Order: sequence, then C-alpha cells, then structure tokens
Amino acid sequence: MTKFTSDPVGKSVPRVDVYDKLTGIALFADDIQFGPSLYYARLVRSPYAHALIKRIVTSKALEVPGVKAVVTGKDAPELVGMYLVDRPVLAGERVRYFGEPVAGVIATSEAIAEEATRLVEVEYEELPAVFGPMESIQPDAPLLHPDLGKYKVASFIFPEPGTNISEHFKLRKGDVESAWPRCAAIVEGTFRLPQIQHVPLEPHISVALWEPSGQVTLWTSTQSPHAQRDLIAQSINIPHGNLRVVSPYVGGGFGGKAGVTMEACAVVLARAVKGHPVKLRLTREEEFVGTTMRQSLVAHTKIGCDAEGNLLAMETQYHFGGGAYNDYGVNIIRAAGYSCTGPYDIPNVKGDSYCVYTNLPIGGPMRGFGMPEIHWGIEQIMDQLAEKIGMDPAEFRRRNCVRTGDIILTGMEMPAIDLVACIDKVAAAVGLGKKEEPSASHKRRGKGIAIMWKAPAMPPNPGSSAVVRFNEDATLNVEIGAQELGQGSFTVAAQMAAHALGVPYEWVRVSAPIDTRYSPYEWQTVASRITWTMGNAVKAAAEDARRQILQIVAEHWGEDPDDLDIKNGKVISYKSEQEQPLQNMVIYGLPNENFEGWKGGPIVGRGMFMPTYVTNLDFETGQGTRAVVHYTVGAQAVDLEVDTETGQVEILKIASAYDVGKAINPDLVLAQIEGGAVHGMSSAFEELKFDEQGQPLNRSLVDYRIVTSVDVPKEIHGDFVETPLEDGPWGARGVGEHVMVQTAPAIANAISDALGIRFNDLPLSAEKIFMALEERGR
Amino acid sequence: MANHSITITVNGGRERLDVPSNMTLLQLLREKLALTGTKNGCTAGECGACTILMNGEPVNSCMVLAVEADGAEIVTVEGLADDGQLTPMQEAFVKHNAVQCGFCTPGMLISAHALLKRNPHPTEEEIRLAMVGNLCRCTGYLRIIKAVQTASKRVSQSQDEGGA
Repeated sequence: MTKFTSDPVGKSVPRVDVYDKLTGIALFADDIQFGPSLYYARLVRSPYAHALIKRIVTSKALEVPGVKAVVTGKDAPELVGMYLVDRPVLAGERVRYFGEPVAGVIATSEAIAEEATRLVEVEYEELPAVFGPMESIQPDAPLLHPDLGKYKVASFIFPEPGTNISEHFKLRKGDVESAWPRCAAIVEGTFRLPQIQHVPLEPHISVALWEPSGQVTLWTSTQSPHAQRDLIAQSINIPHGNLRVVSPYVGGGFGGKAGVTMEACAVVLARAVKGHPVKLRLTREEEFVGTTMRQSLVAHTKIGCDAEGNLLAMETQYHFGGGAYNDYGVNIIRAAGYSCTGPYDIPNVKGDSYCVYTNLPIGGPMRGFGMPEIHWGIEQIMDQLAEKIGMDPAEFRRRNCVRTGDIILTGMEMPAIDLVACIDKVAAAVGLGKKEEPSASHKRRGKGIAIMWKAPAMPPNPGSSAVVRFNEDATLNVEIGAQELGQGSFTVAAQMAAHALGVPYEWVRVSAPIDTRYSPYEWQTVASRITWTMGNAVKAAAEDARRQILQIVAEHWGEDPDDLDIKNGKVISYKSEQEQPLQNMVIYGLPNENFEGWKGGPIVGRGMFMPTYVTNLDFETGQGTRAVVHYTVGAQAVDLEVDTETGQVEILKIASAYDVGKAINPDLVLAQIEGGAVHGMSSAFEELKFDEQGQPLNRSLVDYRIVTSVDVPKEIHGDFVETPLEDGPWGARGVGEHVMVQTAPAIANAISDALGIRFNDLPLSAEKIFMALEERGR
Repeated sequence: MANHSITITVNGGRERLDVPSNMTLLQLLREKLALTGTKNGCTAGECGACTILMNGEPVNSCMVLAVEADGAEIVTVEGLADDGQLTPMQEAFVKHNAVQCGFCTPGMLISAHALLKRNPHPTEEEIRLAMVGNLCRCTGYLRIIKAVQTASKRVSQSQDEGGA
C-alpha cells in the first residue's frame, strides 16, 4: 500500500531517485544508447608542461582504418571560460600544462581512436615552466598568458596583464598597523595546501551530435547544463537555441563538473563528423590530468588579540596556485578575499588574495570554493592564540565568532545565524577539553575544534526558475533546471512543491533528465545554492498553481479564495466546509451549474527567484553594502589518536553542527554532514604529486588514495541548528559544501592537542608526522 | 581480433554470444546486453563500481575477460530485485539513506549481498573489510555499513522462519 505524506517539508521522506539508483535503472550519461552511428573520440595530450606547438601532422593517424577525423587546435581556435575567457578548447599555439589536449581523434571505436592518437605527430618547442604560485609571481617568471589583457573578463574580476596574476582581491578594513601594538598575542604563519582532486566515482563523459542543420546536442554529466549552453554557444559562436544540453544523473560532482571542463572538446570534435554522435569519456587517469583540480594555496597570515582574547587585527596574503587556466578559478580567489577572516569579527583587516597561473592542471571549483583552503591556516592560528592567552579554544571562538547583525569585514550586515550554538553542540559531542586515555601506550589521544563560514560565491544575479504541471489524477511534474548530484535536490524540490501546494509528497514527479530544451533555467548546481534558490522558485511555482486552483474553485462555489485551502490534494472551504478533489479539475476545470459552460483549464504554475540585492565592492578596499547573499556557518570537533610508531592518524569521532536555517529533509541534511565530514577527513590526507616537469605522478585510485570503508571513524555525530534565513524557502539555506570546509584544521588542532606539534602544510601524511616525532625524539 | 562463442547465464537468462578475445565482461554487460546498471569507474579494478556476482563471488567485471565467463552464472544489480520487489538489502539502503549520487551503489549492493551470503552475521569490522574495494565519495560509508547490518538482521529472521 502506498503511503501518503502530507506537509512533507521538515520530514525525512525517502529520496525520489532511490528506487532507480538501487535497481540499476537510473540513467547516467554513459548509459544512453546511441546505436551504430556512434563514434568515439580520444584526445592527444601534451607531454610538456609549457611549450609552443610548432607543427601537427595528422596524416598517419588519418590512414588508420576506422578513423573518421582528426581535429587540432588550428581547427578549433575557440576560447571558453566562465569569468575570465582564457582557455582554448584545444590548444593551438601553446600548451600550458602536462596533459593539455592539442588534438582529438574520432573513430568507429574507442580502441581505434586511442591507437590513432599515438600516430598524431606534434612538434613542440619547450618553454621554461613554473609550478608554484610564489615562484610564478616573481618578475623573472615565465609569462603564461601574454594575452591576459585581451581576454573577456567579468566586471568584478581584476587580472594584472603582464604578470601571471589573473585576479587580485583587496580587503581593507580599519587600520592593522595601529592595532598590532595593542595585541597581547600575535601568531603568524605560512600554510600550504597542495592541489587535490574531486574523485567523483563517475569520470567525465560527453556525447556531442552536430547535425547538418546546425543543431547541436550535448549529452553530458554536468552540474551546469544551462551555463554550458551559454558558455559553449558563446565560445563556438552559434545561437544559444541551437545548443541543447541534456544531463541525466551525475555520478558525483563536488565542483569538478561545474562550468565547462572537457565538454566543449566533444562539441568541436563532433563538428568534424556532422550527423554522428561522438562519445568522449575520460579514463580515470585523465581525471587526474585533464579535468579541474582544487587549487593549491600558500597562505601567509598574521592574527592578533588582546589579553582578554578579543581579536584585534589580521593581515593575510593568499596566493592560490590556479594552474594553467583560471577561467572559473578567479572567482574562488575573490571569495577567499571577501571572506578572508573566516567566521570572525575582526576590527582591523588587511587581506590580499591572488590567483596565480602555474604550469599545472587547471585549478577550478571544488566543494568549499576557497574556504577549506583559507580555514586551514586561520583555524590553526586561532587555536594558537587561544593557547597563548590561556583560553579554551571553544571559548575563544565563542567570544570572537560572527553574530547576527555584525557589520562584517566587507561592511555588510550579517544575516541571522547562530554559530555559538554550533560550537556548543560539537564541543559537547566530543567532550572537548576533557583528556581521555589513548587505546595503547604508543598512541596519543587528542581533540580539536574548528569553525567555518561560507557564502554562495557567484555573480550577483544567478537565477532559478521552476514550472509545476499536473496530470489528470492531480499527480504533478515539477520542472527544474537544478541537477541531482546525490545531494538530494530532486527530493527537496518534490517536498517543497507538495508542501506549498497541499498535496502528498508521493504525488510529485521531478521532470528529468535536465534538458535545456525543456527544463526551466537554472544558473548552475553549485555554491550550495540550490535548496535556497531553486527552492524559492519551486515554492513560487507551486503557490502560483495553488492561487489559480483556489480562484477557480472559489468562483465555482461563490466563495472568497481566502476562505479556501488545499489539504491532501483536496480544496476545502473553512467557511462552507465543502470539498473539491484536485483530480480532473486541474486539467479539465469545473462545470458551471447544469453544465452551462466551464471554468478553469490545465493549471501551469510558474516561479522564479533571483537575488537582486548584491552590490558592487570597492576595488581598493573590498567594501560595499552587500557583498554576498548570506553565509552558512558551522563547527566541527574531532577526537583522534596518533600512532607514534607509524605516524598514522586514526580518527575516532567527528562531530559536526551547521546552521541550515530549516532542514527541509533532516535525514538528507545529516547524510550531507556525514558524507562531508568523511570527504573533509580524506582531503587532509590527499595530495596530487608532480615530478620536476609538472607531470602528475599519482594518477590512479591506488596511488591517489581516498578514504575507504576501513578508514572512516566509528561515529560521525551530525547535528544542525535552524535559524531561519530571511529569504530562504521555509527559512532554508545551503549546507552541501560547508560540511567539509574545516575538517582538516579540526584534525590538525586535535593532532596538536595529542602531540604538541603543529603541521602547517597538508597533507597530514603518516610519514610527515612520523618524521616530526623523530625530530622531536617522540 | 578472434571471436569466441560463449554461453553465459545473466540474471537467470541464458545467452549465447560471440565476443572478441579482448572484450571485458563489463563491456559485454554494458555494451552488448545493455545492462548499464553496472558502472565503469576506472577500468582498472580499483573502484568497485563494476562489481558483479560471477558464480556467486563478487568480482570487478572490468578485470574479467568475457571469454573467461563462458559457462558462468552472472548476477548484476538489475538481477537483485524480484519483479520490482526490492531485496532486504536494497530496502535497508532506502531506510538508511545509504544512496547519494548512486554511481557506486550497484557495486556496493553486489558486494553486500555476496557478504551476507557467505557470512549472514558479519561484525562491523567484517562489513568494512568486505566493502573496502568499493569506493564511495558521497556517503562516508557509515550509512552503507548500517544498511548491511540492518539487512543482516532481516536475513537471520527469515532464516529462522525457514525462508531464504
């Protein structure tokens, strides 16, 4: 018997996609069947980190039976990009990282295409390369993008042509110089994070079909169907209406499938074999080479407080290693700049955040978007300051953390949040401050805490839209453009539509796959913005449908719509106590008395949402009325053991609490919190390694280890606080990325508690910890 | 490339197929039989997304040649639910919200079913070890481990009642 759930917002209903995902029915991009006209493509990639392309000879490759075309950068001179259009679809004149695609081979099978890529002869002239951001800002460093001043760029991004700096964000508040002498404690340090990879279980895949008519269809695994339509159509100069992006379920994204990565390659390859769909799927090895990575960071940060523990000043320089192309990455630097203090109220701030080109894989968005990177140093310094003035680290954070109504570093008023409640919850959950015995004499036990904030980082005006349509029995389809990456966006869309309309949750279907020809506009499924912004659009669409229904029934009954309501799929009147089921009337309307004409017709509800209140920030100071839409805040605490004989860290427990405004589906929120804590934990031990030529060394899941089932702690304690967001649907704000932002520094703080040793550089490898113990003599 | 004629049983149905020597079982399932529930995450036996049952044992189907499966009995994720009725394991995955993006889920389910078949009452440690070859980036594993524990209780109940 089917269960019906009324008023589902706030209830842990099952996911709408769960049955399909458990039975193998759920369609992913590689599962779509194209029949025998399908061709396959493989890419020819650069063996140099920095070189000029002198000549490409394709004749030998073209002789291989089954090869249909070879496309080079000369045939595809287009640039593509989100905020700074700096990236060739296929490199034409210059390669800037090992593995950059210079050509693509299209053949009747993947094996033939792969074989023929080895016969494409490319002559290079190697150039000096630069791999670290601090080296790349030196005046004598090789210049990666001589055309930086010519690239199209968003109005709020400020590259410095003639240098390798693709974005510089400046934050100036108060006067740090006059504040230092008043500090009782100052801690200064340099903190480094390596590039790491998202490692979604599903590798990138695109299938493109360029029809002879000029119509282009791209089937792809992406977080950004609409943004891809926009960016790729602009790049290849076709009408937006000629590019249709179809995106079924995404097998993990974490930012790695945001914006445009390899999809534009598939499109320009398909242009060479019109009428044939061309499948380009990356191998796992290529995932570590030719997609986007999290950027590296060198943070130099100095923070001071008075004897009572009040933060007085902070000065910081963030140099992000952006990799070879920074088309999306530049905005990470901006986000790191306007949030550079972390979740603290500091009266005097001087912050400089730089995005720097390097000859390494493309730096791009990854879960947290700059926040895990900057919190790594900030949260360790906060612990050191607390220790210096003899204050408990949780108490130090309670005293200094941002509160509702604070004028924060950019001059914006902090929307309602409760970070103190989050701190209290996680400190209690691990018994922070209470020493506990390790499980063996060669182990050391420690506990640590870290807090965070993050705002959705995006242009000021990213929009969402939604449509609600009915079937005859009043089951309904919710049409959205937001993507389901596993986070549960389809489920909360269904919950919100059902709740706002007054029908059971089980009546709602989500129209998928997302298809830009049919799905309403959604900027991108990024920035932890979907529950909030798509949610507002879905709620508006459902309310629009509801208004129409009530109007029809009110007229039918001769009543006032204000006296009517929809409950469990029936219109009811609180006045006359009449009932009208939605079945049929939402399509066919209602007959007048004695069938003297009809009222109504097929109901279609539409809704949209776009924040309209974000303002510009001053270029010299980063000050403005409203830098961002809002912040989500949270706290994590970690209890762990370190094996002093091996340097290995065993995480015993992670406790997390975030202020989500309103948990639309509480168990899905907890699922994000738990999965994110493990992702955050994994990120503390991950590192993409390179040789001296900039060639990634650990390009497999054996050599690049992510956390497995045997590594996860016995317990992850998830919790949340619900301080409503003023313009959130039912008060909800996003939490999908926040859940991993401060895990690494919480671990570092716990290691420091256990060993009395600080580690300023990630990863926290057993080797590094062992060597530090050796150096100290255990 | 030489072709070979093989006979295999997939999800209870017998198939006779001509396969090239270098075709993997994963390719056979996905590309010849359109059983796309089994996922390709690495083609190197490292992620477990392509795990299937071969004669009752969980194997990475990307590491098995199709010709090696001649005469074998194969079960894929599509063969778990019976006429739309989820198995206790699948139901436990629903209950614990042990699914997010769903790409690792088919392999996870197969490994979990195989575990309970050879060891109906695994300890938490045994579950973790049995699933170590199945990577997941979304869930953090704990909900999957809990789902296996829940299904394990159901198995013992139905066995006590004389059911399978």
